[in-house]
Amino acid sequence: MTTQTKIVTSRAPAKEVVKDASMVKQKEMMAWHYDRLTSAAETGAKVAATFVPGNLNELIMCFDLLNNLPEVNAIQSGLRRVSGSYVLEAEKIGHSEDVCTYVKSDIGMMAKGNLAPNGKKFPNPDVLLLSYTGCFTFMKWFELLREQYKCETIMLHTPYMGDGKITKNMIDYMVKQLKEEVIPTLERVSGVKFDIDRLREHLKKSKQAEDDLVRVLQSAKNKPSPIDAYFGGIYYIGPIFGAFRGTQDAIDYYRFLREEVEDRLVHGQGPVTPDGDMGKEKYRLVVEGPPNYTNFRQFWKMFYDEGAVVVASSYTKVGGVYDFGFRHDPDKPLETLAEYCLGVYTNRSLPMRIDMLVNYINEYQADGLLINSIKSCNSFSAGQLLMMREVEKRTGKPAAFVESDLVDPRYFSAANIKNRLESYFQMIDQKRAGVDAAA
Amino acid sequence: MATSLMPTTATIVARASALFEDLSFAAAREWKAAKSGRRVIGYMPIYVPREIIHAAGMLPLGIVGGGDQLEVIHGDAYYQSYICRIPRSTIELGVSGRLDFVDGMLFPSICDVIRNLSGMWKMMFPHVYSHYFDVPQNYRDDIGGNFYINELAELQHDLAGLRGSPITDDELRHSIEVYNENRRLVRDLYAFRAERPWQAPAAEVYLMVRAGLVLPVEEHTSMLRDYIAAARAEERPMRDNCRIVLTGMFCEQPPLNLIKSLELSGCYVVDDDLLLVTRWLTSDVEIEGDPLRNLSLAFLHHSESTAAKYEPSQKEKGQHLVRAVKRTAAEGVIFAAPSFCDPALLERPMLQHVLKEAGIPYIAFKYAENSGQMQPIREQAGTFADSIKLWSAA
Repeated sequence: MTTQTKIVTSRAPAKEVVKDASMVKQKEMMAWHYDRLTSAAETGAKVAATFVPGNLNELIMCFDLLNNLPEVNAIQSGLRRVSGSYVLEAEKIGHSEDVCTYVKSDIGMMAKGNLAPNGKKFPNPDVLLLSYTGCFTFMKWFELLREQYKCETIMLHTPYMGDGKITKNMIDYMVKQLKEEVIPTLERVSGVKFDIDRLREHLKKSKQAEDDLVRVLQSAKNKPSPIDAYFGGIYYIGPIFGAFRGTQDAIDYYRFLREEVEDRLVHGQGPVTPDGDMGKEKYRLVVEGPPNYTNFRQFWKMFYDEGAVVVASSYTKVGGVYDFGFRHDPDKPLETLAEYCLGVYTNRSLPMRIDMLVNYINEYQADGLLINSIKSCNSFSAGQLLMMREVEKRTGKPAAFVESDLVDPRYFSAANIKNRLESYFQMIDQKRAGVDAAA
Repeated sequence: MATSLMPTTATIVARASALFEDLSFAAAREWKAAKSGRRVIGYMPIYVPREIIHAAGMLPLGIVGGGDQLEVIHGDAYYQSYICRIPRSTIELGVSGRLDFVDGMLFPSICDVIRNLSGMWKMMFPHVYSHYFDVPQNYRDDIGGNFYINELAELQHDLAGLRGSPITDDELRHSIEVYNENRRLVRDLYAFRAERPWQAPAAEVYLMVRAGLVLPVEEHTSMLRDYIAAARAEERPMRDNCRIVLTGMFCEQPPLNLIKSLELSGCYVVDDDLLLVTRWLTSDVEIEGDPLRNLSLAFLHHSESTAAKYEPSQKEKGQHLVRAVKRTAAEGVIFAAPSFCDPALLERPMLQHVLKEAGIPYIAFKYAENSGQMQPIREQAGTFADSIKLWSAA
């Protein structure tokens, strides 16, 4: 049987949160990375800020740079419920209420001392690696950070898959940027010469971890699903979307996670929730869109209290889509980085995204699609209502739509969301009853 | 004095105004119907190389939303309340059949909303050619330039496919020449307005430029020439207005009333970023040589600065606005951005910091293409104008 740990959270309400062993391990990894970052001044480590989609961790590590991801920092601020004050701080200094709250949380955090989750100050980045993939806001975000930090900024432009395909022109463009701009600048900033064999080694490790991640995510095809591929999935993607892809730590973590999940599968167990093992699996959902982080646990509870488990989600593909065959390939190191950036979920055209969701509903035998539409993320949100209708049309499964925000607590209305979810579950019940009656 | 042979500004503006108000795009429909085999290619802000469409013998048709006269019924069903208005009114134009004569749509790289609209269009109008037109954010000839040349070649290839025969280099060169002339006249118009804004009111200049989105370029060029000549010839009273640069309106368009309101409240608009496609390229595109390479070089090295483009140099960030203020002898800047416009609103604080450092006053507000209530904007712009005059006097 898998190990579960009870952790008493420091924040009220003081209730024990149940985590399985892999979640505890993941938390330790994240904490260790934050300690590495906040001790950079003492250790002399240099820091590259970059983004989750298009994260080139294997390349960054070739230059002994530490990766710092501002979206992850904003998520941490949301989970710790400090993002609200950061967002307000950013709005106070002139940022519009209309724009991305990740950006405002980050800017507000800087204005309020730039403290990491461990309470220590974040180091200033030595370089901003603007890996511009799947989200226009990234470009402005790093221009805003550059204004603040006045450090070197590297643009790696990833073309959008508007026509649903990766072309040779796209790959050539990206490889040339990597060869002639990204790598030389990273060499200059870090003082470390680029070694392509070192990159190949990291890529080999990435591939191994990716294999295990996919097996974990695809375990949700089983009934009951041993994992929640959205709320739980966010724990699972942490290391590989963050600072660990391409490391032995990631290989170890994903092997450990896979074994844990396989064990749950053998014992016919569902996912572990913060309140312990989930009860009977009643609804199997596919979720599109990021979660809300300021009320993450409350949001999750609305699902598991009703016996709803998320069997697949698009958000867990935002830092890389691996479940349709892509793996980092050490035999073509730069091309594979380009392909990776091009293929992240939000860099895919709307028809491609719809195909993925339809595939998930069919492959994972889901009861329907739920969209959590995020107020400040146009990259995800613009077009979701059409996506919803199209997925319903193509699968015959009901879809529902709730709205919240990433890290702005003002846009989380628990009562509204709960009402909609309850209605949605009733809709699924009715649909099932109709099918049963017809049979 | 205007001679009897020369059309008056009123006549020309009336024509442009009728084009502006016509949400059925009758002029473009008539152009298409006039000759068998003609095709119309729609495009959205900010920029597409219209030369390639023209070289294919097709009419480039600028689609910039539905304005304040279009009732959006279907379009709202496709978007959440926190998405800007231009995609929903554009969908309304499509769903309501107003674009049923359009043979293709181009969605340029500007923001995530327009980007995603490209995919929506493919699904909603599967029989219409629809293409996301990507542009480089790397400005090196051998990197971004090569990528862009290939993107241009893809567009050329697609349009050739639509018409059923290749588009030749000579056709492209001719189109570049035609558009160079058009852009020269738009630049002349802007220069004239900056020099004598009372002679070329902002709303008229807007209508003149806007007509270029629906008319064949040759006809538009002629209209611009006539307007400039007429505006030069007609004496109009000069108001005691301040001079401002208007920025942030590069995608979703403000209601015409908003532009008029700014002048009525005491602000002459001496430069703006409205309808940038008409002057995106800031100097003539080279005619001789490889036309796609020439278009690419113009894009990389001689194009407008705007929020949708990455600025590689921190030192250069926002300086285009400072230069615009100096060039036009403006006394302040008005940031007017559509609600929920990521590029304009994320860019704004950075530009404001640059202006602050340069000692240039500014104000900011938001609008939607269907904003109806102008009083708050008038009050804000009027107060801004008054304060500029007070500071100037001091």
